[in-house]
Amino acid sequence: MPHLHDDTIKELEEKANQIRESLVDELVTAGSGHSAGPLGMADIFTLLYFHVLNHDPRNPDWPDRDRLVLSNGHICPVQYATMAHAGYFPVKELKTLRKFGTRLQGHPHRTSLPGIETTSGPLGSGLSQAIGMAIAALMDDRKNYIYCLMSDAEHQAGQTWEAAMLAGKHKLWNLIAIMDRNNIQIDGFTENVMPLEPLRAKYEAFNWRVIDANGHDFAEMHSAIEEAKAVYEKPTMILAHTIPGKGVSYMERKFEWHGKPPKPDEAKAALAELRTLGGKIKSEHE
Amino acid sequence: MSINSKAKLAENILELDKLEQAPTRNGYGEGVVEAGERNKNVVVLCADLTESTRSEGFAKKFPERFIEIGVAEQNMASVASGLNAMGKIPFISSYAMFSPGRNWEQIRTTICYNERHVVIAGAHAGVSVGPDGATHQAIEDIAITRVIANMTVIVPCDAIEARKATAAAAEFAGPVYLRFAREKTPVFTTAETPFTIGQAEIFYEPDKKPDVAIVACGPLVHNALLAAAELEKEGTAVRVINNHTVKPLDEKTILKAAKDAGCLVTVEEHQINGGMGSAVAEVIARNHPVPIEFVGVANRFGESGEPQELIKHFGMAPEHIVAAARRAIQRKG
Ligand SMILES: Cc1ncc(C[n+]2csc(CCOP(=O)(O)OP(=O)(O)O)c2C)c(N)n1
Ligand SMILES: [Mg+2]
Repeated sequence: MPHLHDDTIKELEEKANQIRESLVDELVTAGSGHSAGPLGMADIFTLLYFHVLNHDPRNPDWPDRDRLVLSNGHICPVQYATMAHAGYFPVKELKTLRKFGTRLQGHPHRTSLPGIETTSGPLGSGLSQAIGMAIAALMDDRKNYIYCLMSDAEHQAGQTWEAAMLAGKHKLWNLIAIMDRNNIQIDGFTENVMPLEPLRAKYEAFNWRVIDANGHDFAEMHSAIEEAKAVYEKPTMILAHTIPGKGVSYMERKFEWHGKPPKPDEAKAALAELRTLGGKIKSEHE
Repeated sequence: MSINSKAKLAENILELDKLEQAPTRNGYGEGVVEAGERNKNVVVLCADLTESTRSEGFAKKFPERFIEIGVAEQNMASVASGLNAMGKIPFISSYAMFSPGRNWEQIRTTICYNERHVVIAGAHAGVSVGPDGATHQAIEDIAITRVIANMTVIVPCDAIEARKATAAAAEFAGPVYLRFAREKTPVFTTAETPFTIGQAEIFYEPDKKPDVAIVACGPLVHNALLAAAELEKEGTAVRVINNHTVKPLDEKTILKAAKDAGCLVTVEEHQINGGMGSAVAEVIARNHPVPIEFVGVANRFGESGEPQELIKHFGMAPEHIVAAARRAIQRKG
């Protein structure tokens, strides 16, 4: 299985950092929206859109594209930022997030923005839709993969497990789910609000293949996805261990940052940190 | 007797013992097979009610296009959305109480707001479900579906119309709710009776100006016809409209009836609040206010009993429609 070249990893890291900067800009301008989840998923979105997905930003309706279903729609700012950098729409349009008349609705709306595969926001219904796509693809002998990005807390919703059961029954090898296992939700840490563990055992009991991976390690996430593709008899769940707020130290691991944007001065600090890669490089903006 | 000959109804439609009886869900079963034969993209999903929702015929004929979901109606709605994203035309079948009852938000967000062509087939709607009781008698489903943007809502009046509506829904663009009943009811339309989504049909038309117009949907259209014949004996001229499409409403036909008759009666096996009658009242209030009397369930839950017993108990029998018509006419002043 092809391993990620060091140069590729470096490029992806730089891209992810640019995406995080756009994300912070986007959220400050919007004045509302979610910070922690999107920052924590920036690396995974970068890997998917810049290395994994079989897609064409200039032809978003291409039938043979892979499908990416974002089940936890509230982290859409990171999907928007990644899509803009990937060429789906101009980066400057990110400033319209959540504003009247925008294509970048507060939660993603399929028919508003080409490239969004489904409307989401209400938690717990994305996996079901990804399964519908995966079943249809198998019925028609199509070769596309269906990726479903999910949050950890939406595993408290009954529908998620209704869906997991169906995917196991149909042995959907073309379905790759990735869980943002960041341990936070609105009311606190998941294991205090409503314990989710043992997640691996739960998915295995539903006849899934389960892979643990560090969601900020491009090589590890990439090999998890390659491994998922190599499994032909089961759907795969990648438990992506992530740090909510990753890249902005004062947000990291803080559930308080689930659902609010940085204020302008906070954003300045965040951007300074991102531009210098946490003080590792000198920023030309200083 | 002023049966509208253009409606091409069956013979002897007012003589109950001479009419064939079949539940509207049977029409769904036939219609969905017909749709499957015509279009290979039609798929059927069911939530552990394959026989009683009449999805069984399709499941036997096209097993590779039938998906058993188990008791998981929320999942079923969103899986159907995903299937349509890849070009399938899914019909999801369960009891109306659970689909669109239990899975309303999934239908709203993942099907309607998402602009997906999914057909929701709700069986066992109305109090005529009978002995199972109120937990299984959906009498809120028209209200909760018609309130969703993009949704089309159809309530067929007999098994033949149910078959036509099902086949038509497969060729429609956008989400459709089809409402069916469990109990056998008179089959009084024919293959030749016109059916177009969004177009109400006049089934009963007096040779003079009508004194009242009855707007009905579902199997109770037959009770409306019986009531019309009864009223006619007293010298009251009645128009009866089969208003099978609750949304989008055929405003032209409804408004013309209000103008011609000067008063209306609406008839449905559903809560009066928010149902087909409310949809009619919205159009009338905006354009041409006239007295309206509503026949339906008056802010109560159903209960166990025999179907006809319950129809009577809840005030939807022919005599109740006759009384409502008299009240409406009186209110014209
Ligand atoms: C069905 C539903 N209930 C409630 C909400 C409100 N809500 C938004 S995000 C969220 C949970 C946040 O936790 P998680 O999904 O793990 O996201 P994270 O904070 O890690 O980004 C809730 C309850 C919702 N979007 N959908
Ligand atoms: Mg979380």
